Amino acid sequence: MLTAIGTLADHAVIPARSQMGASLGFHIIFACFGIAFPLPMLVAHWRGLRHDDASALLLARRWSKVMAVIFAVGAVSGTVLSFELGLLWPTLMGTYGPAYGIPFSIEGIWFFVEAIFTAVYLYGWRKLRPWLHWWTGVPLVISGILGAFSVVAANSWMNQPSGFTLSHGRITHVNPWAVMFNRATPWEVPHMLLAAYMVAGFTTAAVYAVGWMRGRRDRYHRLGFLIPFVTAGVCAPVQVAFGDSVARAIEQQQPLKFAAMEFVNRTHSHVTEWLGGIYVNGKVYFGLGIPDFDSILVGYSPDAKVIGWRSAPPRDRPQLINLVHLAFDLMVVLGIALLVLAAWQGWVWWFRRAIPETKWFLIPAALSGLAAITAMESGWVVTEVGRQPWVVYRMLRTSDAVTTSSGVPVTLVATLLIYAVLTCVVILVPWLMARRWRNQRPSPPEGAESAPPVSDARDDEPVR
Amino acid sequence: MTQPWQAVVVGIALFATMAAYALFTGADFGGGIWDLLAGGTERGRRPRTAIDASVTPVWEGNQTWIVLGIVLVFTAFPTAFAAIMTSLFVPLSLALLGILLRGIGFAFRHEADRVRTEQSAGALFAASSFLAPFFLGVTVGAVATGRVRTDRTGNVPDAWLNPSALMTGALFVAACAYIGAVYLVGDSHRRGDEGMVRYFSKRALAAGVVTGVFAGINLVFLHNDAPYVFHRLVGAALPLLIVSIVAGATALGLVLIRRVWLLRITAGVAVGAVVAAWGWAQYPYLLPTSLSLREGSAPTASLNAELVVLVMAAVFVVPSFVYLYWLQQHEKLVVTEESGDLVRAVARENKTAARPKRPHRVLEAMVIGAAAWELLREAVARMRRK
Repeated sequence: MLTAIGTLADHAVIPARSQMGASLGFHIIFACFGIAFPLPMLVAHWRGLRHDDASALLLARRWSKVMAVIFAVGAVSGTVLSFELGLLWPTLMGTYGPAYGIPFSIEGIWFFVEAIFTAVYLYGWRKLRPWLHWWTGVPLVISGILGAFSVVAANSWMNQPSGFTLSHGRITHVNPWAVMFNRATPWEVPHMLLAAYMVAGFTTAAVYAVGWMRGRRDRYHRLGFLIPFVTAGVCAPVQVAFGDSVARAIEQQQPLKFAAMEFVNRTHSHVTEWLGGIYVNGKVYFGLGIPDFDSILVGYSPDAKVIGWRSAPPRDRPQLINLVHLAFDLMVVLGIALLVLAAWQGWVWWFRRAIPETKWFLIPAALSGLAAITAMESGWVVTEVGRQPWVVYRMLRTSDAVTTSSGVPVTLVATLLIYAVLTCVVILVPWLMARRWRNQRPSPPEGAESAPPVSDARDDEPVR
Repeated sequence: MTQPWQAVVVGIALFATMAAYALFTGADFGGGIWDLLAGGTERGRRPRTAIDASVTPVWEGNQTWIVLGIVLVFTAFPTAFAAIMTSLFVPLSLALLGILLRGIGFAFRHEADRVRTEQSAGALFAASSFLAPFFLGVTVGAVATGRVRTDRTGNVPDAWLNPSALMTGALFVAACAYIGAVYLVGDSHRRGDEGMVRYFSKRALAAGVVTGVFAGINLVFLHNDAPYVFHRLVGAALPLLIVSIVAGATALGLVLIRRVWLLRITAGVAVGAVVAAWGWAQYPYLLPTSLSLREGSAPTASLNAELVVLVMAAVFVVPSFVYLYWLQQHEKLVVTEESGDLVRAVARENKTAARPKRPHRVLEAMVIGAAAWELLREAVARMRRK
């Protein structure tokens, strides 16, 4: 443990890792919206056009405004990441660029297409013909999925590097197909895509769940809740089932990462599954242990052997085991909780065509966005921290990849400051937008006998 | 020594990407610069509105050119990328700060509900419009000096803290202001806003003259700091340089006689030619004079993959980009505000928000009952087995 910390303290590794982690953790939330938000938006838009549904149309239009802000922040934070690959990890790019760069190049194309059509869709509301305008949103969905595929393929390549020949520290031959479709691609890509749809869907739905709880129970809020909640809710069970297979794939492909996830120190059978807990000096404290269950999960039998991290020499062992384990558990727990929530809504919708009225549903629904984001971030912590001490698994150590330039601590502080402010602003701005929209109630048009919907009664501002 | 043709093609594509970045994002940066220089709130209102209407719809697309450029460099020319990113850590971090701040200011300025917030977001946007082109220019100038080498580790301050690199930065800022003004002359002309056409014409002229002067001064500096690039600039690349100078001078004349489209094309040619001249002046080096294309290129399969990426760009990106600009130039893209009709329609619709009925109560009870029955049977069966 001490030697691990010792190697970490060399160079700029810790600030560089922190900066990369902060940048990626920030960007990924926006990336999720870039990938998955267009679909619910287009569903609402389609409904609005097809059924002449003013509520749905208004939702789509307002969502597109929020998406503009989110996409812009996602675009610049993505640009920051592409610079940081070189600024922080020049050795990684200098040596492995010819292989690792290929999925990024392809991602660049889809990112470009997405940026262009975001602009067209966003500013086309007034002057484009309605259905043509709807169709300009379709490339957003497609390029979002293809872009996510490429960039997650790049990450899975770091976990399962393949498709190149290395000689004298230089890549001499590359097989682009083997780079794109490495062993981890089929696991990581769908897992992340589903996560993106869950994050975007639950977060959007959560906003309307709050409105619903506060008594704004009109069609506008009903659609605003149901469309994204259903998109996310459909993904939830698939994600939980698929995630189970992903864990087994990790056990095969990166046994040491799996060992850290499940607190397996020595290789043995009848392995206990630990829920929560902290590992200190060979003992797990505060955890709930289920005997044999880890072996059963891995090999469907209590006799199944699971590889422990002591099978590796100390300098190759995973670091920050407790973080990896707890992040993994948090992700699983939140994923299952979201599945339950989705099933609840599914049940009530199937039999009653309604949104559950009870607070026991609505409060968790209002927190579902936060839960989905936390689960997704935890998943990335497991992937990235669990891969250490390698940046390219079993090929390049993180400490060998880091830049020789001084100045990373400064950029780290700048990054943290800017992103902290930006996070606040990104939450504040849609909130201000929503407040403005709520106040935007019209004077009752002629022929309307009743007062405007109840929601206005709750607003402090005078109704315009 | 011949260079692999794939590397040459990818290199050309890289310079084309840079030229596109200079033209399109340069116009955005230029818009930001003129925004900053537009004066107080009252006086600057009209030009700011014009800049906003011209830049906003295309900003998103323009921004992406640099990402395409970066991925091309690190895949096709990885060693050069690593050396540049290490040696020029400081200017590149500052350029990145500019790009980041610019995006943030841009994303939020429309959503700020108070004028004061909008102004500060606008100032952020505008200030970063200096930062980003200046430090990208410094980077380009530093590479030209030949002091960025693969055999050096850590920051290399003398690579960019020299007259030539800093002057290149200033040149980039002036060029952005020039391109931005030319673009805005065209857009104001299309909108029939004669006052703004005059306003931006004056600025295009001034910025054009300043750009020319800076370019001249920089050539002198290059003579000392970057001998290889200087000698090729006045040697092999001279025709391109002359094309650029002639086009630039013609554009200044066209500003005076208001030939809008011709002006845009000549200004574009001037910028494109100077980027090409610089590329040709560096040839065959990625990092003059220590790393040639041949030494610095990725294996052939990676280069081929990049060629495929370029074909994909030609098929997917270029038509989309043209479509975007076609829409923008036909005023089809507008920054909309909320439509009142829709809000009224929603209010009318929501008046009848009845409680939904429960259509399947019996069925629901049956399913719950059946499930409970199954569980009970299972439990009883287990107990019996024991």
